Amino acid sequence: MIAEAGHYALVLALALALIQSTVPLLGARWGDHALMNVARSTALAQLLFAAVSFGLLTLLHVVSDFSVVNVFENSHSMKPLLYKITGVWGNHEGSMLLWVSILALFGGLVAAFGNNLPLSLRAHVLAVQGWIAAAFYLFILMTSNPFLRIASPPIEGRDLNPVLQDIGLAVHPPMLYLGYVGFSISFSFAVAALIEGRIDAAWARWVRPWTLVAWIFLTLGIAMGSYWAYYELGWGGWWFWDPVENASLMPWLAGTALLHSAVVMEKRNALKVWTILLSILTFSLSLLGTFLVRSGVLTSVHAFATDPTRGVFILLILCLFIGGSLSLYAWRASALKQGGLFAPISREGALVLNNLFLTTACTTVFIGTLYPLALEVLTGDKISVGAPFFNLTFGPLFVPLMVAMPFGPLLAWKRGDLAGASQRLMAAGIAALIAIAVLWAWIRGGATFAPLAIGLGIFVVAGALTDLVERTALFRAPLTTAFARARGLPRATWGTALAHAGIGVALIGIVCETTWNSEYIGSMKQNETATVAGYQLRLDGVTQRQGPNFREMIAQFTVTLDGETLRVMTPSKRNFTTRGSSTTEAALLTRGASQIYISLGDANADGAIAVRIYHKPLVLLIWWGPVLMAFGGMLSLSDRRLRVGAPKPAKPARALQPAE
Amino acid sequence: MRKFIAYVFVAVMMAGSPAAHAVQPDEIMSDPAKEARARDLSRELRCMVCQNQSIDDSDAPLARDLRLLVRERIATGDSDSQVIDFLVARYGEFVLLKPRFTPHTVLLWLLPPLALIGGGVALWVYNRRRTSAGAAADPALLHLTAEEEARLERLLAAEAPDKKA
Repeated sequence: MIAEAGHYALVLALALALIQSTVPLLGARWGDHALMNVARSTALAQLLFAAVSFGLLTLLHVVSDFSVVNVFENSHSMKPLLYKITGVWGNHEGSMLLWVSILALFGGLVAAFGNNLPLSLRAHVLAVQGWIAAAFYLFILMTSNPFLRIASPPIEGRDLNPVLQDIGLAVHPPMLYLGYVGFSISFSFAVAALIEGRIDAAWARWVRPWTLVAWIFLTLGIAMGSYWAYYELGWGGWWFWDPVENASLMPWLAGTALLHSAVVMEKRNALKVWTILLSILTFSLSLLGTFLVRSGVLTSVHAFATDPTRGVFILLILCLFIGGSLSLYAWRASALKQGGLFAPISREGALVLNNLFLTTACTTVFIGTLYPLALEVLTGDKISVGAPFFNLTFGPLFVPLMVAMPFGPLLAWKRGDLAGASQRLMAAGIAALIAIAVLWAWIRGGATFAPLAIGLGIFVVAGALTDLVERTALFRAPLTTAFARARGLPRATWGTALAHAGIGVALIGIVCETTWNSEYIGSMKQNETATVAGYQLRLDGVTQRQGPNFREMIAQFTVTLDGETLRVMTPSKRNFTTRGSSTTEAALLTRGASQIYISLGDANADGAIAVRIYHKPLVLLIWWGPVLMAFGGMLSLSDRRLRVGAPKPAKPARALQPAE
Repeated sequence: MRKFIAYVFVAVMMAGSPAAHAVQPDEIMSDPAKEARARDLSRELRCMVCQNQSIDDSDAPLARDLRLLVRERIATGDSDSQVIDFLVARYGEFVLLKPRFTPHTVLLWLLPPLALIGGGVALWVYNRRRTSAGAAADPALLHLTAEEEARLERLLAAEAPDKKA
């Protein structure tokens, strides 16, 4: 009964999406307010039914109803409750249901909080959301129904893939989808603007918060996924240039570019046509990512060819939305008027440069990810494009981008003063040079590249802080004045500085981890000691334990540094009986931003156990950087400027700001 | 500071060799220089049964076989390029994570730089066209029309009482 109710709710959501995608458009055409307002009620009702459907699937997983195929294939009665819930989206059907539920959520949010939007714009935006939603409801109902029953229900389920039985699955996919799908809002706004043929700075003000929300979630989602891979997969890697990762990186790069071009559009009414195009491209890349991950085309073109129903369906959706929106763009974009002139050296110019590099980086990832597929389809030749290719092509694009990054916020709108900005960045530059010199002196003969890269990271961080120091007149005015100024600064300024600093922090982490990582690989017996980066790790012993749905071999290590005992670490290896597969549970010891990482291999007949120990200096910076970026985004989001319709500040606090 | 010295010490020892892999203890060659070469090569070679993983990262049995093969070739005195050629002859271009520059991969290698250059040129042309167009229209933009002046006056007048409040 529950499954049928969930199925029915999904059908109702589809029906509502179909109404939402047509009626408001007619209303807008005829100028009928009642019909335009249908968009709002259907979007909210659609959210309700999508949520009911998703909730019922979750309930089926929680009560382990193995008469439902989806539950049978991905759950087990002995599985802990958390993983019963997260298992809902740990499979194709459930994750697609999560996808549309989040789409409905965003549509519902626009409906609920879009009161200050012009009525026809809201009607158009929600109608476009309705098209996307309808397409994906159809996809789920026709090719990936999670509510299908089994004729003779089995007693026990097949269990979830053990690698997925981790807290990471609870956080990573929902975050990622909130990001992916969040970009549908800017897409809908762009298409609505093209249909209406009207776009202005106010449009950018409405779009920017939604883009920012999506970007924050995508940033956190990608970082979280990377950390999950790092501790779960057992060899300490955190980014593999795997097509699935690239699929999430592409919308991130395009979305970051969009975030910046929308600033120009909001402030200066320029780059309108480009911003519209980026909005379309960003969500198109989200759709492309969904296609790549969900169609099976990545595992092999042949796997795709043998069971093409799902893949072809998503490919059709992809062609329809990307082709349709780009055609609309080609047809209508010329009608949009360009505004605001600016000199090449200006804040706008810097943001254009940012866009040039980010979109090129995105293109590089796009080509690297799709080229092997295209080549195989066209010529039958199989090639691989992996980390060495991306490191060589993608990496260099970020160098000029990061060198230019601190200059951007220091340049004035319209016409900037590059010499003045350089002068103000002098301190940051000197700090970077000192860091490079010191590192070079320390590691004579070592990696030549690393000190330069770290210097660049320090330049970016110090450059971001320079902007804050300048604006608060820290070191120049008394501390109280600086404090008052700091409070008076718009939160968006803090947000920019933190987000930019986050990039530098991440770069430092990446360079340190890849350059100065030290490792020990060996077989260890009881009471043997391994030494890694000055730490002594003694294997105290190995024990066996029975978990809820697995057996586990736990090794205990005592870590000492200069004779002082730090902690006991217990890496383990789990065997999942139902699937007959195993996972390594790495043990991590965090010291500042550095980590010691132990993962276990197999046990030998003589009692020795294969052990890998890494010392990863400053590795945590790789994820602190994105967290800082997301935090900057949140600060920016809380800026009252972005709260559309917010009343003007009661007191003119602007008086405290230095003239730009 | 002590930790920093530890990093630097490690850096000197490792001479810039990154890691992250699934190499087993019994695979490691006794000569550290040869082992380092094997590791560097492994990072460029694909585990053919995995999704875009290098044999250095992969736990798959095939990856282990390839790692051992690479070490075997190195032990017999092959140069790095000889090892690569041997593997490509045996498994095809698919084994390379960084494809060679061949007629098949021209677009792959050239499109990213071309995108950057093309984008840069497009921006330059666009900027030139705009500034020349902007200069022509400039006199009109510099001064407000009478209508705009009047509107500005009205707005300023409306703003003034607010500020006192």
